[in-house]
Amino acid sequence: MMKKWGYPLSAVVLGSSLLLSACGSAETAKEEKKPEAAQPDKPAATETTANTAAVDLQAPIDAYRKWVIEQTDQLVKATESFTAAVKAGDMEKAKSEYAPARAYFERIEPIAESLGDFDPWIDAREGDVPDNEWRGYHKLEKALWETKSVADQGPVADQLLQDVKQLRVKVESVEIDVKMLVTGAVELLNEVSTSKVTGEEERYSHTDLYDFAANVEGAHEIFKVLKPALDAKDEALSKEIETRFAELDAALAPYRKGNGYVLYTELKEDQVKKLSQSLDALAEPLSKMGTIIGG
Amino acid sequence: MENKHPASDNTKLTRREALKLAGVGGLGLILGATGMKSLLPSASTSEKAAATPVLADGIIPFYGKHQAGIITPMQDFICMGAFDLTTTSLDDVRKLFQSWTAAAARLTAGQTVDEESGSPHLPPADTGESAGLNPMRLTITFGLGSSFFDGRFGLAGKRPAALVDLPRFNSDEIRKEWSDGDIVVQVCANDPQVAFHALRNLARIARGKAVLHWVQEGFQRTGAADPSGSTPRNLMGFKDGTNNPQVSDPAVANEIVWVQPSDEPAWMAGGSYMVMRRIRMRIEVWDRSALDDQENTFGRHRDSGAPLGKTNEFDDLELDRKDANGNPVIPANSHVALAHMDGKVKILRRGYSYSSGLDARTGQLDAGLLFICFNRDPRKQFIPMQQKLASVDLLNEYITHVGSGLYACLPGASEGGYIGDTLF
Repeated sequence: MMKKWGYPLSAVVLGSSLLLSACGSAETAKEEKKPEAAQPDKPAATETTANTAAVDLQAPIDAYRKWVIEQTDQLVKATESFTAAVKAGDMEKAKSEYAPARAYFERIEPIAESLGDFDPWIDAREGDVPDNEWRGYHKLEKALWETKSVADQGPVADQLLQDVKQLRVKVESVEIDVKMLVTGAVELLNEVSTSKVTGEEERYSHTDLYDFAANVEGAHEIFKVLKPALDAKDEALSKEIETRFAELDAALAPYRKGNGYVLYTELKEDQVKKLSQSLDALAEPLSKMGTIIGG
Repeated sequence: MENKHPASDNTKLTRREALKLAGVGGLGLILGATGMKSLLPSASTSEKAAATPVLADGIIPFYGKHQAGIITPMQDFICMGAFDLTTTSLDDVRKLFQSWTAAAARLTAGQTVDEESGSPHLPPADTGESAGLNPMRLTITFGLGSSFFDGRFGLAGKRPAALVDLPRFNSDEIRKEWSDGDIVVQVCANDPQVAFHALRNLARIARGKAVLHWVQEGFQRTGAADPSGSTPRNLMGFKDGTNNPQVSDPAVANEIVWVQPSDEPAWMAGGSYMVMRRIRMRIEVWDRSALDDQENTFGRHRDSGAPLGKTNEFDDLELDRKDANGNPVIPANSHVALAHMDGKVKILRRGYSYSSGLDARTGQLDAGLLFICFNRDPRKQFIPMQQKLASVDLLNEYITHVGSGLYACLPGASEGGYIGDTLF
């Protein structure tokens, strides 16, 4: 779960209001995308961003939205299968599907986070929210790995699937601007350095490296859609970021196992340090991607 | 914030400096820095004291024949770090030193690390915690460890012969996490936040090219706590540095500190070799040893700093003095007697005390000396001295060397050049 809750409020407000008026239909949302500057209640900062960015940067935004929708489609499918296994009491199947299913969410986390409560609903860890409000993936993680019983987890599974499906509906119309992409890419990496690289995210399953990789892939996708714009503005920076993504990928490579990753608990201290430093090496230049906005 | 002190140099007084000076001597008259210096009590009793800065927040020029921070009179705080290069490209290393040089020149002049873009969509160029602060005599000094000269950059053949691997000294308990590193950066300033800010911003610039291997902060009493500039005391309570060579004399500095053009290799001419030793003090043990044990260990009186049997700090040691029983007044295995080396071997010590909280295993303080010294050739200076000390020094009962590094501190850079340009 994202630790920062201050994600562009404008995006949340706008996204919700659009959704309400447009009944969540993708077509309608797209048609309504342009007139946003005309909305009187829109915060000025976002307006400036949209105005300066609209011409050059609409294509990357559209491409990114398409990718987010694909990922969320996959998230729904994977969550369907995972929750079905939980409800059927098939612990082994559920355990094997847990980390890969979550990865789809981790890739699009900034989007989920911008949509209000989806992030805590789906991804809160124990203690992030009051106990009686705790639900989502990590609650099932605890049942699978810690208490080792999913007998009473049916309602949690149902709720998770419902939340994920609702997220799928909402991403159609979520307002995405370039500022959000730029910030989101860095926040994905910050997520990794604050919770994944410390092994705090998956405290029972120890599948943190799946999340690590997924967050990085999410950031990489944002970079890919923005790359043409960045090439035009600062080619050296673009090249540096590309190199650092490749280096981080190489740093992760030794820990790939089958279709996934080794457990966090199998990493040695200096291996964790190296991953953490490779991540910082990428995040620093990535944080300068905002140079494509305005000026 | 561009330049906080556009016209500041050590001869002009800002309002703040003037007030500070007035407080120092209890004088209401402002005479200008030079006049004031001569009025300060005891300032002329030793060169050490005379060299102590009066203007605590001045600017020390970054560019010059030698790097600053070596014979520069000590500042109050140090924040030091060693980096390991993650890049394997010499071109990257060159660029890193060019960026670091530009950044260090700005920082030591009291400026931000770089121009701000002003864009609200970008992280600020400078991390900001030194905004509005005085330069505080900030110096930044760069050196290369022996690992820099392995095969990675094609520079193995350029490794100076004097940049040896330090031998293992008696009772060393050196730990990797506090030792070595490809590059060392020594940041000193009269303010701990100004010092930290500099190292932090240099580490930020290095991301993707180099990572920090170790960081150690240190301190001594501040100039404000001891305006007379007397010899500082270490954490054992003894004056430390009384016999330091008077490197304000260029002949002395050339003899002891600076690598000479006649020394090999040529690219080190004007540089110096820095030794870093993280020396843990067994503080709890020391605190329960009797005063005469303590004084015999150092060979000096604790209060005055005078050699045993003498009254003034700067009195001659006269190591051959005997007491009524024919025993040396200053024990032959005391610290001062051993470090004297018959007056033939000298190093420039520039160490700081450190305190790194608690040793979680024992509940004892992790504190001691961040020993730093500069010498022209460690094979002839530091190493023989430390071999002697490590074998018989009474002090060894109370200290353990836990970290170690030897670094080739590069010559200074001239404006338009960069630190390391004689090598890269």
